[in-house]
Amino acid sequence: MALTRFSSKVILTAGMIAFGAASSAMAQSMNDVQKVAKERGLTTQDLIAAAKTYTPTGMKDEYVIMSSGGHSGQVFVIGVPSMRLLKTIAVFTPEPWQGYGYGVGDEILDEGNVYGKENRWGDTHHPALSETNGDYDGDWLFINDKANARMAVIDLRDFETKQIVKNPLFINDHGGAFVTPNTDYVFETAQYNVPWGADYAPMSEYKENFRGAVTMWKFDRKKGRIDKEKSFAIELPPYWQDIADCGKLESDGYFFLNSINTELATGGIEQKKPPFEAGVSMNATDYLHIINWKKAEKVFQAGDYSMVKGFPVISLKTAIAESLLHVTPEPRSPHGVDVAPKGDFIVVSGKLDPHTTIYSFSKIKAAIASKNFSGHDEFGVPVLDFDSVMEAQVEVGLGPLHTQFGPDGYAYTSLFLDSAVARWTLGGSYGSANPEPDWTLVHKTPVHYNIGHLGAAEGDTVDPDGKYLVAYNKWAVDRFIGVGPLLPQNFQLLDISEQGTEMPVIYDMPLGVGEPHYAQIIKADKLHPWSVYPEIGWDPATQSVDPFAPRPKMERVERKGEHEVEIFMTAVRSHFTPEHVTIKQGDTVKWRITNTERAVDATHGFSIPVYNITLSLEPGETATVEFVADTAGTFPFYCTEFCSALHLEMMGYLMVEPNE
Amino acid sequence: MVSVLDHIIGPRVGQRDLAKHGMKYGAPGFILLIARVLLLISLFVPFWHMELVAPQYPENLHLTAYVNHLAGDVAEINSLNHYIGMRPLEEAASVERTIGVYIMILFVIMLELASFIHSRWAVLLVLPVLTFPLVFLADLYFWMSHFGMNLDPDAPLSNSIEPFTPPILGSGFIGQFETIATAGPGLILASIASVLMIVALFFHRRAYKPLVMASKAAAKKAAAKKAAD
Repeated sequence: MALTRFSSKVILTAGMIAFGAASSAMAQSMNDVQKVAKERGLTTQDLIAAAKTYTPTGMKDEYVIMSSGGHSGQVFVIGVPSMRLLKTIAVFTPEPWQGYGYGVGDEILDEGNVYGKENRWGDTHHPALSETNGDYDGDWLFINDKANARMAVIDLRDFETKQIVKNPLFINDHGGAFVTPNTDYVFETAQYNVPWGADYAPMSEYKENFRGAVTMWKFDRKKGRIDKEKSFAIELPPYWQDIADCGKLESDGYFFLNSINTELATGGIEQKKPPFEAGVSMNATDYLHIINWKKAEKVFQAGDYSMVKGFPVISLKTAIAESLLHVTPEPRSPHGVDVAPKGDFIVVSGKLDPHTTIYSFSKIKAAIASKNFSGHDEFGVPVLDFDSVMEAQVEVGLGPLHTQFGPDGYAYTSLFLDSAVARWTLGGSYGSANPEPDWTLVHKTPVHYNIGHLGAAEGDTVDPDGKYLVAYNKWAVDRFIGVGPLLPQNFQLLDISEQGTEMPVIYDMPLGVGEPHYAQIIKADKLHPWSVYPEIGWDPATQSVDPFAPRPKMERVERKGEHEVEIFMTAVRSHFTPEHVTIKQGDTVKWRITNTERAVDATHGFSIPVYNITLSLEPGETATVEFVADTAGTFPFYCTEFCSALHLEMMGYLMVEPNE
Repeated sequence: MVSVLDHIIGPRVGQRDLAKHGMKYGAPGFILLIARVLLLISLFVPFWHMELVAPQYPENLHLTAYVNHLAGDVAEINSLNHYIGMRPLEEAASVERTIGVYIMILFVIMLELASFIHSRWAVLLVLPVLTFPLVFLADLYFWMSHFGMNLDPDAPLSNSIEPFTPPILGSGFIGQFETIATAGPGLILASIASVLMIVALFFHRRAYKPLVMASKAAAKKAAAKKAAD
């Protein structure tokens, strides 16, 4: 009965889909739905999937994906269940639509300069939404750049990048960003190890001079910035520290970190040495690092660190002596380490082992307390006895990578080689939430293809929502029409609201602007972005009113010195004031411009040819661009956003008088 | 001099009469008190509201006029109006808005005084207050038509729009906008106050006219007696 009612509702909705407008739905019937379905070759299952995901005009999404962009250096904001791309946030890469890196935002990008060199791209991997008590609070987003070991802070009031910090110790990170349950710290871990600061050392000195480390960036929530002065790092053995996760609730205060290459392999295929791919996979197990970060914070505050490259580092020796660091064997070449919602279990998947391995935090604590070590690694780090800390192993399939959690005692693991998502059951106090026995594989849904990360709705928080899961597939192969040899990625939406073996794929979203890795899915009502900047003259860089912001009736071109000129300009539909800006060749120009609009979406662009300037001025925003007018000529500047009916007319002339 | 003032203030009611016919003599003053309260409340609520409906404004644009200020999407409406060469809304009725509150306070004082005056002079005090809602609408109409009829001929869209006066109550069309103008609670309160004033004047006349007549008759009699003497 309930099912019938459900499907009739589905059919009705599908009818609206087929014909687009609810207003004309009156004369439509199930026959029309069937007709369309037949014409398009859609099954009943397809129609149900459409009904679950189709989002008619004006309807808003329930969840929002914050996705890394891989080596696009960006972050993507995507709605769920519609799977529509809502926004691209420029982070490490200049982006002209947002006016990032073409006159404005350059100072943020410059913070990310590497040893004085501009690196105007990034390889974003693992976004981390800020948390309060282990749950997303919708205020901030952090994202790492694997290529140059940088960390960025995005303000979710305006969805703009506010800060980039360069890690002074290492040049590459993979494990980042991960936040503590109250966002006190943002973690970043080295991956491809180098000597401190990427100084030169021959490969033969790998063990002696190459370093591993985890950096604890202190986040100042009030300022909305990482506070470098209160940040520090902990030296680790030169294993490739990989992905990590922060403990929560029961395991709050701890940090769990995978590693690859406990073999200390150094590659050298050209010298007939084992290539990295073989060398780093020789040992049967690698090491799960268990770090007591609250204790480490105390050690740092007590001053027990040394300065390395101008940055405080707790040495490996101190970390061992103060019992900050323990390791325990984990399946080799692990990818994900994921802490269960209550903080009691830690799930690790080694991509060359068909099992996920589940560690018990209470057992880890007991083993640390009783010094139940099976030995020490070659750097003297105590190794917790595997059997005494392992809770369970579940055979899930080939190439398990990452795990997310649902509200009903299910865990979901991505299977790269199987191209599938596995649903399996947790044990312990989670066991009663679902009908299946504990620690058992329940179902596998094929995905297309080569899934990397996966994300369930709020699936890495203390309070997972279930409902939706997205497979972040690396390959699309045959899913979409051809667009040349570089294919889009395929984000596949799975409905995980039913228990048991029912978890169908309900949508495929091609993403042709980057190569995302991890993405988090937040409930949309937790986000409270501004629709316009709070006041006219707002500087998004400081999130406050700029006292020098040009205002109506105060527009002017002011000569400050013989070769120095300051411009105060306003933009409002459909004109700039002033429209003629005449300066002299060689002038140093400080061009201030305010969008004085208060209407939602009344954004103006501002671009000057030749000088490589393009800005996006959202309602209320003020921006300041500085340049040297070294090229004489007649340059029309104009509004690049189609702001109004007289948008084309919104222009003016920059006249640069030649010197002679 | 004293007699002129007495004449304006009108006859007083004796203690005994007042005790006996409290209702009769108290009513006009009490009704005027309610009118005063309503006027005071109207200071804080909108007098007039215009809604502008267009596809690209899903929540519509709103313009709200209070006795002393404009509220709502003034900046946005100004920004749109500049296309047709209409002056900024702040420039309309600026004097009225500046003195509005003082006028209202003056009105309240006038009504207060009126309730102490038992002659027909009370009408003189009440009448300006009573007509206030009409004056408000007339002033609004004046400014709307003044602004709508005097568009800047050099404005961007001046060729595509004829001078116009939007309805000050009811709906009309300007470009892609439908305008819907309605009276706000302030104007409604002031109108109720006006009705109350008429009622008060009716009771005033009923209560005090006989007294005025009686005192006039007495004065006449006294004058006749004096002449006879």
